Amino acid sequence: MLTLEKRPQPSKALSYITPVLAVIVTMIAGGLLFAALGKDPVVAIRTIFWEPLFGEFASYYRPQLLVKGGPLILIALGLSLGFRAGIWNIGAEGQYIIGAICGAGVALAFYPLDAWYIFPLMVIAGALGGWAWAMIPAILKVKFGTNEILVSLMLVYVAEQLLASMALGLMKNPEGYGFPGSRNLQQYPAAFNGELIAGTGMHWGVAAAFIAAIFSYILLNRHILGFQIRLTGEAPRAAKFSGVKPARLVLICMGVAGALAGMAGMFEVAGPSGQITLSFNVGYGFTAIIVAFLGRLHPVGIILAGLLMALTYIGGDVAQSRLQLPAAAIQMVQGMLLFFLLAVDVLTNYRIKMTKREVA
Amino acid sequence: MDLSAINPILLLASLMVAATAVMIAALGELIVERAGVLNLGVEGMMITGAIIGFAAAVHSGSPAVGFVAAAVGGAGLSLLFALLTQVALANQVASGLALTLFGLGLSSLIGQGYVGIKPPVIPKLNIPLLSDIPVLGPILFRHDMVVYFGILLVVLVWLFLKYTRAGLVLRAVGENHEAAHALGYKVVRIRVLAIMFGGACAGVGGAYVSLVRVPQWTEGMTAGVGWIALALVVFASWKPWRVLLGAYLFGGVTVLQLNLQAAGIAIPVEYLSMSPYLITIIVLVIMSNRRSASPASLGKTFHAAQ
Repeated sequence: MLTLEKRPQPSKALSYITPVLAVIVTMIAGGLLFAALGKDPVVAIRTIFWEPLFGEFASYYRPQLLVKGGPLILIALGLSLGFRAGIWNIGAEGQYIIGAICGAGVALAFYPLDAWYIFPLMVIAGALGGWAWAMIPAILKVKFGTNEILVSLMLVYVAEQLLASMALGLMKNPEGYGFPGSRNLQQYPAAFNGELIAGTGMHWGVAAAFIAAIFSYILLNRHILGFQIRLTGEAPRAAKFSGVKPARLVLICMGVAGALAGMAGMFEVAGPSGQITLSFNVGYGFTAIIVAFLGRLHPVGIILAGLLMALTYIGGDVAQSRLQLPAAAIQMVQGMLLFFLLAVDVLTNYRIKMTKREVA
Repeated sequence: MDLSAINPILLLASLMVAATAVMIAALGELIVERAGVLNLGVEGMMITGAIIGFAAAVHSGSPAVGFVAAAVGGAGLSLLFALLTQVALANQVASGLALTLFGLGLSSLIGQGYVGIKPPVIPKLNIPLLSDIPVLGPILFRHDMVVYFGILLVVLVWLFLKYTRAGLVLRAVGENHEAAHALGYKVVRIRVLAIMFGGACAGVGGAYVSLVRVPQWTEGMTAGVGWIALALVVFASWKPWRVLLGAYLFGGVTVLQLNLQAAGIAIPVEYLSMSPYLITIIVLVIMSNRRSASPASLGKTFHAAQ
């Protein structure tokens, strides 16, 4: 009979191997799924994971890697701090939306003024908006002990309604012939978050993601706050005895996550998306949860995981147009990835042992 | 605006219908949480139940078959969660989220061919004599079978937890899994069964949304009802009767804001649509100082050390 024996320490080597293992298992399971849908699994997998990087039109797809990966990484970095400490902010999608609304609001308020300070103001507004939205569950948790998972998630639906209201009302383009959606910020140079280096997909949001990764690395490994976050996650009682204030940690972790998600939303609305529309948010806030776990809640891992997840988005689009593979299939594969990751993770924390069945 | 267009009798009657899906799903989750497991995948299981029930009902022409299929589908999906948390000993919060993300993808994949189709209609019962009572008749006795099933389920869950031996064992597992294990109860087996019951309930609740409430299939149509069901369990302090109360409160808010939208009140539609979620948050805040009511082992991983 197979039994599990808890390892005294989680295996370090396996914690690196398991995400790769999970990706491989997901590819196999995804291939089976594609085969069940009547597509050639090998071609489908190749189209998703290979074509965008090394295929015929790779030069077009490669920049997209950063465009789609940037927001995922930025959001996931924020989430990972809280997840490490057992603080579950799963409403990043809402914070992302509010950040976009605040950022676009600043830009639209100044339109058509051309000034250097507009873009920095937008970044600040986006970060503040996301921060404020995340502070609602954080303060409720600290003050009343309210469950932050449920509150932050409810606020996603509230934010979606707010987005609809903005797209149809307050921020609607007065020259838009009555169509829902704001002015396109791509046509407003002072607010446009364009490519920093032409043809790379590198915009300010991607730069912010890499800067955030560096800060997050330093915070976790070299700063007392990072130590407290890790301690709270791994040994809550010990953390309490050593004087960690849980309330402060909740406010900081949720606040940082909210601000980063808000910034991601702002960079998106000012750049790749360009305008506040009904379909502005595409689920980056939820996919970032997968990114955070796949990246082992570690900044470097999150960058790699974010790029991989971006690849599935791009490859999914390619497969959709070339093989008529439904978009939902890709979404399912992304969900599967988290499943398999959690499943193979048992190997990191436990040892599998053969034992004889004991007679009572 | 014309508030007189809102008929209070119709309002109360549709309140019962609006409350049913969230009530059934919440009762399932209540059993799961009383067994000490936090399954955040309710939304994913509901939406999967919604499409499986819808598809089965369309193909068989029978809503009853649809509900059974939804229950089986929900329970099947919940087995994945059970496998992760009870066998692979994964974190319950993360596993529940994975279940929801997976379920959303799965449902829209299955649902591709079902957009714009009308499902078979479920007959209203129109209970003889009772349904003719003025005022009370239309409010209480002219609903479909599932509305009454939901109320019956409240009673059954209450009886099960309070008066049966199995219910006592389930609660023991939820309060202290180490002690229950020491007494010789199969903690993992009991929890897997509870998780499957929760999945079946979520599936039925989801099917009620797609077959009765709306009734058609659109992607992501449960729109957070699964999460509200989770909030309802907290609101109810893990007690079945309070789930009924909370579900009616939620159903009331939903129906009222829909009626206000129809009556053309001066508040924009989007702000009215926010109200169920905002009310849920407010209710969560009010109820959150009663933490002690939660099962003591809730969300903790159990690993029997040999």
